[in-house]
Amino acid sequence: MLHVESIVKSFDGFMAVNGATLKVEKGDVVAVIGPNGAGKTTLFNLISGQLQPTAGNIWFKDENIAGLASHRVCRKGISRSYQVVNIFHRLTVFENVQVAVLSRRKKTFNLFKPAKLMAVRETRKILDSVGLLDKAEVISGTLSHGDQKVLEIGIALGNRPELLILDEPTAGMSPEETAVTLRLMKRLSGELGLTILFCEHDMGMVFSIANQIMVMQHGGTIIQGSPEDVRSNQQVREAYLGGADECFA
Amino acid sequence: MFKALFDAKILISCSVLLALMLMMPRFLPRFYVYLFALMFAIALLATSLNLVLGFGGMYQFHHAVFYGFGAYAFALFATKSGLPLWIGYAIAPFCSAALGLVLGLITVRLNRLYFGMMQISLGSLVWAITYRWYSFTGGDDGIHGIPLPDLVGSSTGAYYFNLIVAATCLLLMYMIVNSPFGRIFQGIRDNPERCQAVGVNVQKQQLTGQVLAAFFAGVAGTLFVTVEGSVFPDLMFWTLSLEILIMCLLGGWFIFLGPALGAAIIISLRTFAGIYTEYWTLILGIVLMLLIFFLPEGVLGLFLKKADPAAKREG
Repeated sequence: MLHVESIVKSFDGFMAVNGATLKVEKGDVVAVIGPNGAGKTTLFNLISGQLQPTAGNIWFKDENIAGLASHRVCRKGISRSYQVVNIFHRLTVFENVQVAVLSRRKKTFNLFKPAKLMAVRETRKILDSVGLLDKAEVISGTLSHGDQKVLEIGIALGNRPELLILDEPTAGMSPEETAVTLRLMKRLSGELGLTILFCEHDMGMVFSIANQIMVMQHGGTIIQGSPEDVRSNQQVREAYLGGADECFA
Repeated sequence: MFKALFDAKILISCSVLLALMLMMPRFLPRFYVYLFALMFAIALLATSLNLVLGFGGMYQFHHAVFYGFGAYAFALFATKSGLPLWIGYAIAPFCSAALGLVLGLITVRLNRLYFGMMQISLGSLVWAITYRWYSFTGGDDGIHGIPLPDLVGSSTGAYYFNLIVAATCLLLMYMIVNSPFGRIFQGIRDNPERCQAVGVNVQKQQLTGQVLAAFFAGVAGTLFVTVEGSVFPDLMFWTLSLEILIMCLLGGWFIFLGPALGAAIIISLRTFAGIYTEYWTLILGIVLMLLIFFLPEGVLGLFLKKADPAAKREG
């Protein structure tokens, strides 16, 4: 479904991503891991169109989407959440998700129909599925950090994506919130059959949900394979603090 | 559809206000009738600015240029074309919208502050041309004695005309703010990057917003001519833009009717404090300082909070 081919991104000579390769098949849950500064977020920004690659190709459903603007990438069926909370903070929780739904339905230039009456059922269904329905009318900026991160995923679902990219979905969450998010991701993948690509520092979480893991270092790909392959790979062990086993315990 | 837009409380208070205003010319002295007619034009102007400022997050620093352009378009049409005057009323707002499109195409790529700076320079250019082009615009003298349709020739006629047109335009803008377009526009205000990531063409949306705001500013320009019967380059000068920006902040720029209230306050201040001192802007300066420190949500924001602490916002 998604095939990133030796993608390169340089910022004034600094190679943030240097020849990374990634394959995601339909229905997969793929985790990208790697030390800080390995280029995970940059890779996601390249796929979702926030950044333009210096070289390389990104194939999505047999179409090269490298270099497309982010709103066009989104319309192809890829949507994402962010590492740092990135929501519409003056709008209510309901309105946050509704923006994405209205955008997908191409209603953005509808000038006179009350938005209150539009896309209500679908928006509420999404809020229900991520567990925020009881907070629908709350101004999103006043939510707790954990709820805001979940709302991130809700907004991304509003685009009804085929591929959902989550950039550190549990960063800054309490253990309870992490468990809730993990359950949510499992449900999205299991019940809805959504293809998920995510990056995460919590190895316990990565190994409990991903069926494919890609390891990055210095902007390149060390290996992509099943959790077992990755766990037994010597190079990966070295990349993580000279082979600290507890990382993969 | 109406029910979705207004809750009963807002609908009743707006109707009462409107009914009151419809009766006012019967017992108000002529000067106040004139003053209110002017207020309607400026309230419409401030609200049109807030469409892009408060609801779109675009720092439209030189909004008055669209107002002046609409006023001049009507004035030139009325004095030079010889065609029925009502056509001028219909055409002028579209002239402003066209100017909004042209300036918007140049500025919309720029980010917040640069967007505002570019607007000031382009707007000042339009002002300078108007100011110097004696043969066409009358230069710094402006155009006086603009013929008006008989219906609006009297001060009461102008009052009713301005009230009805301004109220209609406010209703239309209220609908726009609460439409999917408006919802997305507010999303762009809060977070343009994220909005683009959910598939919105942000620049196209912003450009549309700018054209709409310019259109309504143009309508306000024609209302000004209806009251004053003349135009002059000051209508496009950047100080007026600053003044309407202050109106938005004063009234409350996240609340739909905030800028209209701000316009009423500033015009009253100018009129009544202006009788006692020509330094009335000094009072304005002090008001502004107090505002920034104590009322970041504006006057109307304060009232709404007092009235209903749970209601953080009313679209």
